[in-house]
Amino acid sequence: MRKILSLTIAALAASSAFAGGYRVSLQGQKQLAMGHTGVAVVNSAEVLFFNPAGMAFLEDRFNVSVGGSALFARTKFQNETYNWKASTENVGTPFNAYVSYKVTDWFSAGLAVYTPYGSAVEWDQDWQGSHLVNNIDLQAIYIQPTVSFKISDRLSFGGGPIYVTGSVEFNRNLTRSLTNEQGERSDVTIDAAGVNAWGYTAGFMFNPIDPLMIGFNYRSEITMEARDGDATFNDLPAFAQGAYPNTTFSADLPLPAELTVGLSYKFSDKWLVAFDYNRAYWNVYDALVVDFGADGIPTSVNPRNYKDASTYRLGTQFKPNDKFAFRAGWYFDESPVQDGYFAPETPRNDSMGFTGGLTYQVTNKLGVDVSFLYLHFDETDNSYNHYTEGTQDDVTFGGTYKNVVFSPGIGLTYSF
Amino acid sequence: MKNKFIYLSVLAFVFAGCEPEFENELSDSNYSAGDADFSSYVAIGNSLTAGFMDGTMSRVGQQYSFPNLLAQQFAVVGGGEFTQPPFDADTDNLGGLLFNGNVIQPTRLIIDAGDGGPENIAGTPTVDITNQFATAYNNMGVPGAKSFHLLAEGYGNIAGVPLGQANPYFARTATSPTATVLGDAMSKNPTFFTNWIGNNDVLAFATSGGTGVNQEGNMNPATYGSNDITDPTVFAGVYSQIINTLTSNGAKGVVATIPDVTSIPFFTTVPYNPLSASVIGDGDAAVGQATIQQLNQQLYGPLKQILTALGQGSRINLLNPNGNNPLLITDETLTNFGPQITGALTLGGFDPQLAAFLGNAYGRARQATASDLVLLSTRAAIGAAPQGAPAPFNLFGITYPLQDQHILIPSETSVVATATASFNQSIRQIAASKNLAVADMNQILNQLVSGLRTEDGQIYTADYFSTSTISTVLFSLDGIHPNARGYAVIANEVLKVINDHYNAKLPLVSAGNYPGATVLPSNAN
Repeated sequence: MRKILSLTIAALAASSAFAGGYRVSLQGQKQLAMGHTGVAVVNSAEVLFFNPAGMAFLEDRFNVSVGGSALFARTKFQNETYNWKASTENVGTPFNAYVSYKVTDWFSAGLAVYTPYGSAVEWDQDWQGSHLVNNIDLQAIYIQPTVSFKISDRLSFGGGPIYVTGSVEFNRNLTRSLTNEQGERSDVTIDAAGVNAWGYTAGFMFNPIDPLMIGFNYRSEITMEARDGDATFNDLPAFAQGAYPNTTFSADLPLPAELTVGLSYKFSDKWLVAFDYNRAYWNVYDALVVDFGADGIPTSVNPRNYKDASTYRLGTQFKPNDKFAFRAGWYFDESPVQDGYFAPETPRNDSMGFTGGLTYQVTNKLGVDVSFLYLHFDETDNSYNHYTEGTQDDVTFGGTYKNVVFSPGIGLTYSF
Repeated sequence: MKNKFIYLSVLAFVFAGCEPEFENELSDSNYSAGDADFSSYVAIGNSLTAGFMDGTMSRVGQQYSFPNLLAQQFAVVGGGEFTQPPFDADTDNLGGLLFNGNVIQPTRLIIDAGDGGPENIAGTPTVDITNQFATAYNNMGVPGAKSFHLLAEGYGNIAGVPLGQANPYFARTATSPTATVLGDAMSKNPTFFTNWIGNNDVLAFATSGGTGVNQEGNMNPATYGSNDITDPTVFAGVYSQIINTLTSNGAKGVVATIPDVTSIPFFTTVPYNPLSASVIGDGDAAVGQATIQQLNQQLYGPLKQILTALGQGSRINLLNPNGNNPLLITDETLTNFGPQITGALTLGGFDPQLAAFLGNAYGRARQATASDLVLLSTRAAIGAAPQGAPAPFNLFGITYPLQDQHILIPSETSVVATATASFNQSIRQIAASKNLAVADMNQILNQLVSGLRTEDGQIYTADYFSTSTISTVLFSLDGIHPNARGYAVIANEVLKVINDHYNAKLPLVSAGNYPGATVLPSNAN
């Protein structure tokens, strides 16, 4: 089954997009199809995300790219010591919309809207790891006004502020054993919407010789500061209801900075190859600390101890004629999660992405983009070893995890 | 072009049906029974096998009996149905027992968050032992049973219950008035058994504070009192008979040893020296210190003076207003200086009647030491008034010595330890002769004293309930029996022994997921 699939993928030669932690690399159908490379590729308005500097190099005066993906993520869990089995299936719908306008020959302006971070994991309520997470739904929409300046035919700069609006909902059981009088497990939901923050992106593109483009882009860290969200305690035993009233909570969730360098090379008018290197500065995610508003509810400290992680991307594009463009890519995505910190809220280990896609130009101005991503994870034996129970702060939960992620996407490009 | 789109949508469909697959997908075939056959598993024993906790059997508590937890794991490798005596009648999960409508066993213990201490949950038990089932069950654990009871005809005869000659729990299920526990167990044709019997042969003496008799040398158990220690030869003989019968059809099994009392919170929770100024002053240290000065002048000082003159000055020391002072206890092994004390006090001008009372009370009195074990049930007695004692000599443990039933003194502890060691030696020898697996509960519970680390990294101890240990305490509120979490730890240890001895591969249970004490905001109907 898997063999047939990867063969099919190879034949299709298409695209990529799911990174460690809660980063979701699906920010444009054309570039996804090329392994989600793009810091040094000037293809379409998608460049507003990959490297705003490239916007000034777009040939057309007006460029629009809109698209979306259906992200299917499935995780299976088993533990032989205790005969535990669990699984989760989740569907996400990351989307993106990019518009650019060439104001003058050397200055372009545009707007980008995209969703680079998100996570939806829903285990069965009260599953074996429910003291760590029952379900989580994390969303962040990035809105980025963008400008780009062409200093010369060989060099451009670009960037812009990023406004992020997001929400988080998270539920877990309070302990491994607390129940109400009816035997139902006690749990807590924290829910915050309309969490806003600012950041920025900046980059440059350099074209030393005609076939070669070099790109650099930096997107800043943005900390989502949830304040006065709702914390709701459910199924508490009567004696604990006084001590755990429904209240507010505060928590900070970092969306880490990401640095990308890369290059693309045109072997001919029809054939382009791109390479990107991403470094995501995940070490800012030290712990998930939830402070509750009501006095007496202890602050919940959940060590995460993420490490900075790299992604290596390779992509290619082949345009046999004016009607079609075919794309394929591959990437290796390093997980920011360290051994012993493998929590089932983001059960991701290192992965390899295989991508493919194509564009069909309906007219000179309008193109339809199709992309596909298959993300391969080796099964992994790992655990979260930092759960606090009583006086122990190193209680473990783990087993064998296996992920499968795939995502078909579709987009439209319009330019004149 | 059209074909390409069809190709893509087919591909999407294929992926949608694509599940993550493990190289070794976990299924029942990952586990094995090894050399054992779990198709008919029967558990023999006492309260620890029955699922007794918080001072009683209860409908919910019974679900967590260690044999029931084992049976759920055995089911993965061909284990058959596992039945337990019905407790459906315990509708509100209050526990306790009725006999013809009269309460003969109180309701289960809970923590009243308002009061703090453990107490019986409000309400009246609803399980009446006159509703008899006359059925053998896979769980043949009978609370209160000693080794020889398993062979005793009439132990389940309800007519004997009010006379103390029969067991109310066994009376509910015995297949006939003359049935034996072992006979009913054998009617289930066990292919596998657990046998954890013998605790009460020594523990009943210990929990009574050593008020029973060590029956070493008395070979007739029919003459034993309920708090007596069984003769070791009687124990070994009975134990052999039980094992011979259980293995007569080739069944395999696990036997368990008897834990030392020093690893059970019933004997280790109350300190020998709880008397600080604050305790004596009922929360007010200044008042307590004044009281201590007064006690030293009027009681401890004069007593010490008299005892010193008799060469026994070390029996009692003055109370330290800034320290934790020991309880005043009676040690029946001491020479009785009652007449001398009475005489000295009379000479000192005491009313002769009061002097006689005090001589009687303090003749064998001494202060407790770290070698004395104060029973959990004694906690409520400290400071309470002994019957007929005039003020200020009416405070147990402070101005009036605690009695034999309150304390396990070193001579008693030593008798208990000797008997336990002897019983455990017999258990191991008899098990070895039949090549049975041994779950060394004595060793496992001793491990709890310093901390037993389970597979998930949690460290469990033998401590009694406190609010900070709500997620980790293993013992139920009676201080003797495990709670659900504790039975899960026991089940795990038994599973490991089975895996090891019978080359089986059984999944473990995760103790952390099992509940502890019931805590209620208030205790009212």
